[in-house]
Amino acid sequence: MTAYDLCFAIVGLLSAASGLLAVTTKHLTHAALWLVVCLGSLAGCYLVLGAELVALVQVLVYVGAVVVLVLFAMMVTRAPIGRSTEHDTSLTQRAAAVVVAASTAVLVGAVLVSLFSGPARRIDVAGTHALATELFGTWVWPFELLSLLLLIAVVTALALTRLRSEAPEDDR
Amino acid sequence: MIHAWLPAVLVAVLFGLGLYGVLARRNAVLVLIGVELMIAAAGLLLVTSGAVHPDPRRAGLTLTLFLITIAAAEIAVALGVVIAVFRARGDVDMSLATGETRVVDATDPNIPVMSQRDGA
Repeated sequence: MTAYDLCFAIVGLLSAASGLLAVTTKHLTHAALWLVVCLGSLAGCYLVLGAELVALVQVLVYVGAVVVLVLFAMMVTRAPIGRSTEHDTSLTQRAAAVVVAASTAVLVGAVLVSLFSGPARRIDVAGTHALATELFGTWVWPFELLSLLLLIAVVTALALTRLRSEAPEDDR
Repeated sequence: MIHAWLPAVLVAVLFGLGLYGVLARRNAVLVLIGVELMIAAAGLLLVTSGAVHPDPRRAGLTLTLFLITIAAAEIAVALGVVIAVFRARGDVDMSLATGETRVVDATDPNIPVMSQRDGA
């Protein structure tokens, strides 16, 4: 049990617990706020693993942008405030979902743990300079393609908001 | 020095939680939260692989940055679709069939009354 193990266990437990609350809470808005805690502590996990830039991007993009978008979508779709059982499926379907999710987690966990087992390993910390050299060297074409993807996403989101239903009684 | 099975266990737990969220939620926005958890699990796996294995090209970190970007684009488009569905149907309940709408009990304060539709 090294110090890194202890740090990772603490932030990892926080992340798993808040993730559990995010998918089980009855409050719609609380789900988005627990998602903030989950992804924020996941950024802490990235820090323990020596990926500072990824941790900062995670905080900026996920916690800063994605969760705000989710909260906006909840407001626009008139999400109920307070406890509501309307968001969950029936008990039988939830039980089946628990079984499927648990078995998938056990399967993935068994494969990954057998892959990553063994003694404690040294963390290969990549400095930001080395990462930038690779990002704008080896990976520059995928990087440029991503800018195209973001452009397409922006255009698509705009086109979706302009979408009108064919029905004559459009109540907007 | 870190035991690499710890992040691997967290990857499995987060993926399972996300899958449960996708399967057990009816509200489309909450389903998207489950999808986000699954994508986060994939990112943690990439970072872990890059940290504990020899990675001269920094593929783990770079692909995680790409993954975060793709997830942001995905959620923007998905929420646009959710809002378009809300405009067309009046709710975002994924358990209802096409064209079917939820019966709104006007006396229940927890359920906001949707816009007047179809002469209802």
